[in-house]
Amino acid sequence: MTIAAAVAWQDVERASPGACPACAVASSANALAEMAGRADVGVMLSLPSAHCAACISTVEHTLMAVPGISSARVNLTLKRVSVSAAPDVAPAQMIAALTAAGYEAHELDRGILSTTNMDQQGRELLMRLGVAFFSMMNIMLLSVAVWSGAEGATRDLFHWISALIAIPTVIFAGQPFFRSAWASLRVWRLGMDVPISLALILASSISLFETIQGGHQAYFDAAVMLCFFLLLGRYLDHRTRALARSAAEELAALEVPRATVLVDGCDVVRPIAEVRVGDHVRVRPGGRMPVDGIVTHGTSELDRSLLTGESLPVFAGPGMAVSAGEVNLTGPLTLRVTAAGKDSSLHRMADLVAVAESAKTRYTTLAERAASWYSPLVHLLSFSAFGFWMWKTGGDLRFAINVSAAVLIITCPCALGLAVPAVVTSASGRLFRKGLLIKNGTALERLAEVDTVVLDKTGTLTMGSPEPVDFAVHPAWVAEIAAGLAGASSHPLASALAKKAADVGICAARIEDVQEVPGYGVKGRYQGAEVRLGRADWCGGAPLDVTATYLRSGNQTHAFAFEDNLRPGAEAAIAAFKAMGKDIRLISGDVEGAVGALAARLGIDDWTANALPAQKVALVAGLTQSGRKVLMIGDGLNDTAALAAAHVSISPATALDAARVASDIVLLGSSIAPVADALRISGQTRRRIIENFLISGGYNVIAVPLALVGMATPLAAALAMSLSSITVSLNALRLK
Amino acid sequence: MEILAYLIPISLILGGTGLAAFFWAMRSHQFDDPEGDAARILCDDWDQNPKPAPAKQAKPL
Repeated sequence: MTIAAAVAWQDVERASPGACPACAVASSANALAEMAGRADVGVMLSLPSAHCAACISTVEHTLMAVPGISSARVNLTLKRVSVSAAPDVAPAQMIAALTAAGYEAHELDRGILSTTNMDQQGRELLMRLGVAFFSMMNIMLLSVAVWSGAEGATRDLFHWISALIAIPTVIFAGQPFFRSAWASLRVWRLGMDVPISLALILASSISLFETIQGGHQAYFDAAVMLCFFLLLGRYLDHRTRALARSAAEELAALEVPRATVLVDGCDVVRPIAEVRVGDHVRVRPGGRMPVDGIVTHGTSELDRSLLTGESLPVFAGPGMAVSAGEVNLTGPLTLRVTAAGKDSSLHRMADLVAVAESAKTRYTTLAERAASWYSPLVHLLSFSAFGFWMWKTGGDLRFAINVSAAVLIITCPCALGLAVPAVVTSASGRLFRKGLLIKNGTALERLAEVDTVVLDKTGTLTMGSPEPVDFAVHPAWVAEIAAGLAGASSHPLASALAKKAADVGICAARIEDVQEVPGYGVKGRYQGAEVRLGRADWCGGAPLDVTATYLRSGNQTHAFAFEDNLRPGAEAAIAAFKAMGKDIRLISGDVEGAVGALAARLGIDDWTANALPAQKVALVAGLTQSGRKVLMIGDGLNDTAALAAAHVSISPATALDAARVASDIVLLGSSIAPVADALRISGQTRRRIIENFLISGGYNVIAVPLALVGMATPLAAALAMSLSSITVSLNALRLK
Repeated sequence: MEILAYLIPISLILGGTGLAAFFWAMRSHQFDDPEGDAARILCDDWDQNPKPAPAKQAKPL
C-alpha cells in the first residue's frame, strides 16, 4: 500500500461520505444519510489468480461496481485485495462479483491477518541492512585509497574516519547476531552466530587498536561487509518465513466461520465462537454445517465428500447427528448444537494433526547439518592459528591476534549465511507465482526427497462436481422428463443433469405440480401420472455402485449415473509424476466403481477404494516405514491424518481447514498441474543449496590457508567475502 | 590533499541522503507491494487516493 492508499484507508474507516466519492456514486442520498451513522468495514480477500496490471484494474473496477463498496485496493505482491464497504455488503457478494469476472477469491479474516509483530521485525532488519549498506559503501571508498597505497598521515586519517563510521554501525547493525549468540552461549551451545559475533567484535577491536597504534592494516571494511551480507541473508530468511507464516494464517482465515443462530424465532448471524451448545442453528441449502449437532427440523441430503470421500449424498432427517464440515444440499435444516468451535469434531481433528505436525519439525535441514560441523571448525582453526603464531613468534600477541581475526573473518559463513535463504526465497517466489503457497520453511527440501505420491480422489483429482455419463443411452422421453424435473431443483446432481440436457439439446418436458421433497428428490405430474427423480429407495430402484440419481415413471425406474469432473491438470500432473519415476497410488473413501473408473482413466495401477481414514494413515505409515518418502495430496477430513503423517503434503485451497492446516503446501488455483512443477523446482532447489555450500566452501579452501600463514590482507578478505556472496546469490537466481 | 577536507564530507553527506531517502521510503510503506506498483504504472485508471470528486472524476474505462 502506498501512502496515498494508507491515507485513503483511514479516510474510509472514518466513513465520512464526502471523502469516499464512490459511496456517493453508489448510493442515493437516502442511503448516504443512513450510512453516515455507520462505519464502513474492511474486508480482505485472497486473489490467487491475479497477476498483471489488467487484473488490478479489472478487479478494482468490478468491486467498485458493487453497490456499497467504497474502495478496493489490490496488493499484487501478496495477491490480496482490501475492500472497504458498507456493513450490509456481504463478502459473499464480492466473491460472487469477482467469480463472474473470472477471478477466484477467498475471504480472509482481518483480525488474524494483523502481522504487526512480524512486520516490525522485518522493518527493523531492513533498517539495519540499510545502515550497513551505507557504511559499507563509504568505508569501501576510503579502503580503496588505503589499498592503493595511501601512506602515513593520510592512511591514519582514513582509518580514523572508517572507525568512526564502522564502530557505531557494527554496534547497531550487529545486534541481531549478538543477541542470538548470547542466547545460544547461555545454554552452552555454539550456534552459527557465535563465530559471527566473535568475528565482528574481534575485527572491530583489533582494527581500532591498529588505528590507534598507526598500524598498516585495519579490517573495518571487512567487519561492516560481513554485517551487510549476513543481514541480507537474515532478511531474506525472515521474509520467506514471514510469507510462510502469513500464508498459514491466511489459510486459517480462509473460511470465515459464521452461523445463523435462531434467537427468539429470528435469524441472527453470529461468529462461530459465540455459538453455544444447545443453541439452534439454521443451515440453508448449499451451506456448510458450522457446528456438530442433531437435526431437529427439516429433511435434506448431505454431501459428506470432504469428510469421508463418498461422492454419493446421504439422507438427513430429524434425530440424525451431523458433523461440522458437511454440506447441506436440498432442504433447510435446523440443528441443535452439540459441539461448537474448539469442541467440534473438525477441531478435535485439527488437534490430532498438531500432534503429528510436531514430529515434522524435527526434520534437520541441510543448513542445520552444515552449521553443526562448520561452527566448531571455525573456532578450532582460529584458536589453533592464534596458539601457533604465539609459539612461533615467541609471544607476539599483536600478530597472533591479527592472524586469528583474519581467519575468523575469512571463514565467517558470509556466503553460507546467504546460501540457503537466497535459494529458498527464489524458489518460493517462483512457486507462489504458480499458485502454490509454501507454509513450512523446510517443505521444499522435504519435497525434493519424495519418491512416492499418494493421492486422494474426491476433491483432489476430481473437482467434486458431478457430470452425467450415460445420458445418451436413455430414450428421449425419459431424458425429457428427467430434464423437466431436474430443472426444478438446485441439488448438484439435478443441476448437472439439467445442464447436460440443455447441452445436448433435449427439451425439458412440461411437468406439473413440481415439488421438491428435501432429502428425497423432486416429484411432479407428467401427463397425469406421478413422476419422481431422486434417491434409489424413494424411486423404487436398485442402487448402482456409482453416484447416480433415479427416475420413476409409471412403474419403471431409470438410473442416471454420474462421474466426477476431473480437476484441470490432473492428467498432466499424473503423466509428469510418471515421467519423474515416482510411484503413484490412489486411495479413496469412495465406492469401488467410481475409484476404479478414475484410476483407469488416469492410468493409475495401484488404487484402493472404500478406505477409512485409519487405512489411509496406515498406508502412508507403512510406506514410510519401508523407507519411502511419501508426498500425500488430499483435501478431506479423512485425509487429514494421512496428510500429517506423510513426509510432505499438499492440499488444494478448497480443502477443509483441518486438511489445509495439516499440509505443508497449499494449491491456490484450481489446476493440479503446478504440483509437478513444484516437485521439479524442489529438486533444483536442493541441488542449488548444495552447490552453494560447495562454492562458499571452495572460497574458504583457497583463502583459509592464506589467512593461517598470516598472508591475508584486508583486501583479500574483502575480495573473498564479496565474490563468494555474489556467486552464491547469482547461483540461486538460476532456478527456473 | 586539502581537497579531502571537502570530498570526504561530501561523500558522507551524499551517502547519508541516500540512507535518509531509504528510511523515508520504508516508513511510507513503499516496499509493501512492489509488484503491484510496478504494474499500476501501466494502468490508465486513476491511482490517487482519495479519488477526485465524482463530478470531475475521469472514467477511462
